[in-house]
Amino acid sequence: MADVNRGNRPLSPHLSIYRWHIPMLTSILTRITGNALIVTAIMVVWWFAAAAAGPENFAVADGFIRSWFGDLVLFFSVLGLWYHTLAGIRHLIWDEGKMLELDKAELLGQIILIVSVLLTIFTVVVL
Amino acid sequence: MVQLKLPKNSRITHGKTWPKPEGAKNVRKVQVYRWNPDDGKNPRVDTYFVDMDSCGPMVLDALIKIKNEIDPTLTFRRSCREGICGSCAMNIDGRNTLACTYGLDEIQGDIKIYPLPHMPVVKDLIPDLTHFYAQHASIRPWLETETNTPAKEWRQSIEDRKKLDGLYECIMCASCSTACPSYWWNGDRYLGPAALLHAYRWIVDSRDEATGERLDDLEDEFKLYRCHTIMNCAKTCPKGLNPAKAIASIKHMMVERAV
Repeated sequence: MADVNRGNRPLSPHLSIYRWHIPMLTSILTRITGNALIVTAIMVVWWFAAAAAGPENFAVADGFIRSWFGDLVLFFSVLGLWYHTLAGIRHLIWDEGKMLELDKAELLGQIILIVSVLLTIFTVVVL
Repeated sequence: MVQLKLPKNSRITHGKTWPKPEGAKNVRKVQVYRWNPDDGKNPRVDTYFVDMDSCGPMVLDALIKIKNEIDPTLTFRRSCREGICGSCAMNIDGRNTLACTYGLDEIQGDIKIYPLPHMPVVKDLIPDLTHFYAQHASIRPWLETETNTPAKEWRQSIEDRKKLDGLYECIMCASCSTACPSYWWNGDRYLGPAALLHAYRWIVDSRDEATGERLDDLEDEFKLYRCHTIMNCAKTCPKGLNPAKAIASIKHMMVERAV
């Protein structure tokens, strides 16, 4: 490819100047929740592994997960899980070639944001 | 690779504030990215004050007014002033668009103008589009045929011609590709929305006879599949086109021919 940086040309600013909007926000949130859920998954595996390892180990893991900090992490994990699931469904719809028009894509974005919050409240309150 | 911070030579510093026009009552602040390849300094943002009572309605009018009346060193591309040449694409008020068709009244508050994002800057608002054009050439943006050339023209039904609507209107201004975070991080290998929209324009053309080879060329983890449907391209396109949808159509064709 052609040399695009003759004479030490600067790189124009990108993230710092670009205006955020719903489709961009919902896209990056999908990635952020996906990665954050790995941490949750490791935590849950640790809980199970501790249960298998014996009562003392379990007490440590269980104590952490039931602490206010553990509750906080799990609360956001529920939110992340709902959001990521809905965003995944949105990707399946897009893969079918549907709802790709800008107005519909933006509507889908708003829907998954609102519904993920509602489902989280529902999950936390009911369960 | 994802690189959130700008390289050292690209960090923006405080620029010059130019004097306000005398006697003007209706003044707007315009902040413009500046970089001079000859002075060895980092880029800066200069502040100008433009008298709106004697300025045309578009962002390009304000830029031309600044160049004519305040600072003749301000450098930008422009040509047709009617949204068909694509020369004056830049980042205005946080989105990529054409300065000539974007109204000053569409912007609230100060007017902030930067070059197209994540591109090497030649000077001020002029990005180097060499790589962008090379990617466009790589998708072979012309009719490829094997059958003998007809005596008159290559015929096409009205329905088949309609498939090109929303594709052929692209003016290659690079607003979409430089709005795409995937293109920011992987622009060296990802073709980007503009080149892929053009690729699809030739893939769906009923007269083209290289559809299979065109799809073969795009069957690549980076060239095509770095599109994650972020939709910045469709959101920013000054011509109202939807490259994200065109890319999804290519992906769909890939699946269809595989099963």
